[in-house]
Amino acid sequence: MVTELFAPALYESLFPNGISRYAVGGLLVGLGAVVIYLGTAISAGASTFLESTLSYVSDQSRFQQYRGSRDWRIVFTLGIISGAAVYALTFQSGLVSSGLYEAGTTGQLHDIGGFTVWLTDVQPWRLFLGGILVGIGTRIGKGCTSGHGVCGVGSASKTSIVGVITFLIVAIGTAQVVMALGVSP
Amino acid sequence: MSQSRHPLFMPLIFVGGLIFGFGLGFSHMARPEVVLNFLQFEDFGLLFVMGGAAVITGIAFGLVPRLFDRAPLTGDTYGRRLKSFDRNVLIGGAIFGVGWGLSGICPGAAYASLGVGNVTILWALAGMFVGAYLQGYWRSQRTASETTPTSAD
Repeated sequence: MVTELFAPALYESLFPNGISRYAVGGLLVGLGAVVIYLGTAISAGASTFLESTLSYVSDQSRFQQYRGSRDWRIVFTLGIISGAAVYALTFQSGLVSSGLYEAGTTGQLHDIGGFTVWLTDVQPWRLFLGGILVGIGTRIGKGCTSGHGVCGVGSASKTSIVGVITFLIVAIGTAQVVMALGVSP
Repeated sequence: MSQSRHPLFMPLIFVGGLIFGFGLGFSHMARPEVVLNFLQFEDFGLLFVMGGAAVITGIAFGLVPRLFDRAPLTGDTYGRRLKSFDRNVLIGGAIFGVGWGLSGICPGAAYASLGVGNVTILWALAGMFVGAYLQGYWRSQRTASETTPTSAD
């Protein structure tokens, strides 16, 4: 990296865990979306799954528009869970290693019969309350980090770019306030 | 489309999800702490997850419609289906932003987090379903009251 040559201290403070695991992971996230798009012409987002799955158990009219896609959205979500589990079995468990992969220091690692699971330290109330707002916001705002952030920005959609800028700025502000209030983890 | 799907439709969706989820795990975006460290300016690496993904989709979404007419597994055209812009994009985006900043987790990353063994993330997933249901309930009621005439107050 050029920045590494010129200002190692700055690089170290901006990217304490390097950039390769982030960049490689991001390329794979994009590749997964592209595989689906190439085969089906669908730009898949992750948050529609919440409403499409609710159509199985609720008669509310809002959810019925997703009946046609609800089965494959479950398969997509199961694929995401399985893909992350493959990562956990390989890199997270230390079975496979690479110069491009930097292990982290966050959360807790537990070994269960050679399979290393990772658990967050973020408090349940933050996850639950945050989750409620994520559920409301992504569905009213027409997309989340994958629908707006990956597929929408990739197709240069102005709506998605405005959506990403909005949730990014508000999320930064919220996280900074939460930190300033001393809420941790 | 659901009547006669191509036999490879579901397998392809699964494989796409598999790569997508592996990437979320590998990048550590499935860990709320890493997202919070980014939002609190302690590690800017997450920019490369979103950037890297958008570069790949940008190239594919730009090239594929010029090279091919229809997707092999659905017969659908590759045309852009753009979401319309209105106030909801800003309101919803802001609500999502508060939730993301508080919890450090978004929908795709939450599914992946379950895959890396983080059962605690079920709190966030439960919350997301509650939130999605609440907005669906409100909007269904509002649509119903707009279409059926109500007595004047």
